[in-house]
Amino acid sequence: MWIVAPLLCGLIFGAGLLISGMVQPDKVLNFLDVFGAWDPSLAVVMVAALAVAVPGFMLASRRSQPWLAPQYFWPGKTAIDPPLVAGAALFGIGWGLVGLCPGPALESLATLSPGVIVFVVAMAAGMVLHDTWQRSRVLAQRDRQLARADG
Amino acid sequence: MANFTPVSAAIGGALIGLSAVLLMLLTGRIAGVSGIFSGLLNLRSEDKGWRIAFIAGLILAPVVAGFVGHGMAAPKLPASWAVLVVAGLLVGFGSRLGGGCTSGHGICGIGRLSPRSITATIVFMATAVATVAVTRHVMGG
Repeated sequence: MWIVAPLLCGLIFGAGLLISGMVQPDKVLNFLDVFGAWDPSLAVVMVAALAVAVPGFMLASRRSQPWLAPQYFWPGKTAIDPPLVAGAALFGIGWGLVGLCPGPALESLATLSPGVIVFVVAMAAGMVLHDTWQRSRVLAQRDRQLARADG
Repeated sequence: MANFTPVSAAIGGALIGLSAVLLMLLTGRIAGVSGIFSGLLNLRSEDKGWRIAFIAGLILAPVVAGFVGHGMAAPKLPASWAVLVVAGLLVGFGSRLGGGCTSGHGICGIGRLSPRSITATIVFMATAVATVAVTRHVMGG
């Protein structure tokens, strides 16, 4: 039965994206187009989401465990490091090119639009590419350390 | 500001915030879509059930909306598949390298008042604004 909870959360999230218009790439691009016919709607979406999320997360953080799971998975990283900045910068360029980010892109699969499918496949490839690169970097690092220990 | 839709934006935004809070309160997970989706692509990860359920809900939302008479139109996208592929690669790779996307950093991270997420959001907003400025005003797309 617990699987109903994330399904319901996905539905509510999708409804929010639909109602706010954030599934429409041109509406997102009109927000990013501060030098053109600017549409501030996305800023209102963020403010409204945060008005619910900030007190909600405060409430969650005061409880020792979630209702349906043994433990919370709060993100552990706090460092503002070069990968964070570089990754966010690349993400922003891709987002600005088309107006799709992961949530709206996956939700738009429901329309069976060929362009969306191409975008989602490329997005998945980008993720796999990153994870493979990270894994090979970690392995290379271990090899170097082993070689140094041998020498 | 001809296209400004503050009421639907506020209602939709509140629902997105509610979803993020419910997912954390109920299952202890962060509603970061890039993180949820990339976990499905990793063959070794074992916690796929909740990820599939969340994304299924996300994709079912327009289907349910269609039943009640608010079907979703196919999004307007650039005609060039090369642009779609490059943008998709950048969004996928960048969200993994930066540890999150608009939902994970922009809503959940800022919702927890995380300086890391506030920084990421400022950076991706800035490069996205710059990209649109170039494509719409410099190149005149």
